[in-house]
Amino acid sequence: MKALVWHGKEDIRCDTVTDPEIQDPRDAIIKVTSCAICGSDLHLFHNYIPGMMPGDIMGHETMGEVVEVGAGVDGKLKKGDRIVVPFTIICGECEQCKRGNFSVCETTNRKRHLADKVFGHATAGLFGYTHLTGGYPGGQAEYLRVPFADATHIKVPAGIPDEQLLFLSDIFPTGWQAAVQCDIVPTDTVAIWGCGPVGQMAIRSAMLLGANQVVAIDCLPERLSMAEAAGATTINFETESVLERLKELTDGKGPEKCIDCVGMEAHVMASLPDTVLDRAKQMVMLESDRPHVLREMIYVCRPGGIISVPGVYSGFSDMLPMGAFMNKGG
Amino acid sequence: MFHFSNIVRSKGDPTIVESGPSLKRPQDQLARALGWFSLGLGVVELLAPRRVTETLGMEGSETLVRAFGVREIVAGIMSLSVEKNAGLWARVGGDGLDAAALLSGLTSDNPKKGNIALALLMVGGIAMLDYRAAQDTKPRRPPRDAKRKLYPGRSGFPKGVKAAKDRAKDMIQHATAGVTS
Ligand SMILES: NC(=O)c1ccc[n+]([C@@H]2O[C@H](COP(=O)([O-])OP(=O)(O)OC[C@H]3O[C@@H](n4cnc5c(N)ncnc54)[C@H](O)[C@@H]3O)[C@@H](O)[C@H]2O)c1
Ligand SMILES: [Zn+2]
Ligand SMILES: [Zn+2]
Repeated sequence: MKALVWHGKEDIRCDTVTDPEIQDPRDAIIKVTSCAICGSDLHLFHNYIPGMMPGDIMGHETMGEVVEVGAGVDGKLKKGDRIVVPFTIICGECEQCKRGNFSVCETTNRKRHLADKVFGHATAGLFGYTHLTGGYPGGQAEYLRVPFADATHIKVPAGIPDEQLLFLSDIFPTGWQAAVQCDIVPTDTVAIWGCGPVGQMAIRSAMLLGANQVVAIDCLPERLSMAEAAGATTINFETESVLERLKELTDGKGPEKCIDCVGMEAHVMASLPDTVLDRAKQMVMLESDRPHVLREMIYVCRPGGIISVPGVYSGFSDMLPMGAFMNKGG
Repeated sequence: MFHFSNIVRSKGDPTIVESGPSLKRPQDQLARALGWFSLGLGVVELLAPRRVTETLGMEGSETLVRAFGVREIVAGIMSLSVEKNAGLWARVGGDGLDAAALLSGLTSDNPKKGNIALALLMVGGIAMLDYRAAQDTKPRRPPRDAKRKLYPGRSGFPKGVKAAKDRAKDMIQHATAGVTS
């Protein structure tokens, strides 16, 4: 089959690879009908996240049609079913899965010895991501093997186009979870950094969870316009001061809830000197992330507020204002 | 065809049968080559500045050569990174500084002026490559003032923002009422 294969920094190729096969009774194979590209794929493209190896197949936002099921899938899936595949592989049986903490499933990361060393504790296995998350082949391919398929799927009905369902694989639940973790109450101002797909979903989730005011921050007019369409107040960080505008919008008190939908590749600008320094340090591997948004959030968040971080960070961040973090109730 | 990466695949995972064309463009490869060249030259200038000054008959300028070495290393690292365009422009600027420094050594009493002329020629050639690579790797973003497509109609809420917010309010009231009653 054809697949998009990672070969190194900024080098992804459309290769011919062998077809996946059922390896475990709980596996299923799907014929992929759609697979989205994610901000997280950009981090891999730029080779900022450790643990990728040449030959890895990309893609973790996949849906398709079941073409083969293992004996252990137990009637939960059958040939011809249409499913969205969440990017987190889950067993549905371990302590974390039972608590609903699916992204930290204790069973599915097949390289947990590696991940335990790097992160202290392994997280779930992921499709098309690094070997720290199991190194499972991804869905930018004609076929995908879904491990633990009896639990790792969302069945969807026919008649709804892929584009309206595909968001279930990652960005909608990611944005929703980010907002849920803020424990939003009706008086809250929720500030959201980044208006990419994840940010857009977080904005809409915060609205649906009843936030009083949602403030969206980015520099791309097209993305800001989409945030505004969803009812958010927008800040363009290239032309306005984020700190001043957020203060203005909250009577000087700062937003109660802050969500980072940007992650480790915050925009680098001469007017934000910390980003230039981060970028330089990142180049010589003195720092793995550019945590400008984290700094800004900790500084501007209302004391006693909540910070939620769906944005991806890969390792180590410098110069976080821990004094502010602790004193505000962190 | 043999693919090294297939050796480390987990058992049963797809392996490469035939690799497609690389996304890397020739200009990216040139940038890479120039980046490594920059690093190499920088290390020589930083660690063995006397070798450089002796060859050019410019003894006494070791500190300057060392500083240039640091500059080369920084530009090299940048050219090899995601920010290669900035690195290449830094190299173009550096070539100018190199040429100026060499010209200052091109005095009639310098017995090695032949070497300097040769070095100048080299700097000229490399500068042309740097300039080309910098031009060719310019970020392909639309210009700042380009007309952008905006999405004022994409609220994502089929019945509009207000209806969605009202409905959310109702649901929250319901939920909390359910808890207290
Ligand atoms: N935790 C998860 O499970 C999960 C899932 C999906 C994505 N992610 C991560 O979420 C982040 C966002 O994903 P995406 O797909 O929306 O990415 P994206 O790259 O499309 O969007 C990021 C946005 O952030 C903006 N930005 C950059 N610097 C900023 C700053 N200083 N302030 C405000 N905005 C800034 C960019 O302009 C861009 O629009 C990424 O880090 C991605 O890896 C995490
Ligand atoms: Zn994703
Ligand atoms: Zn589990």
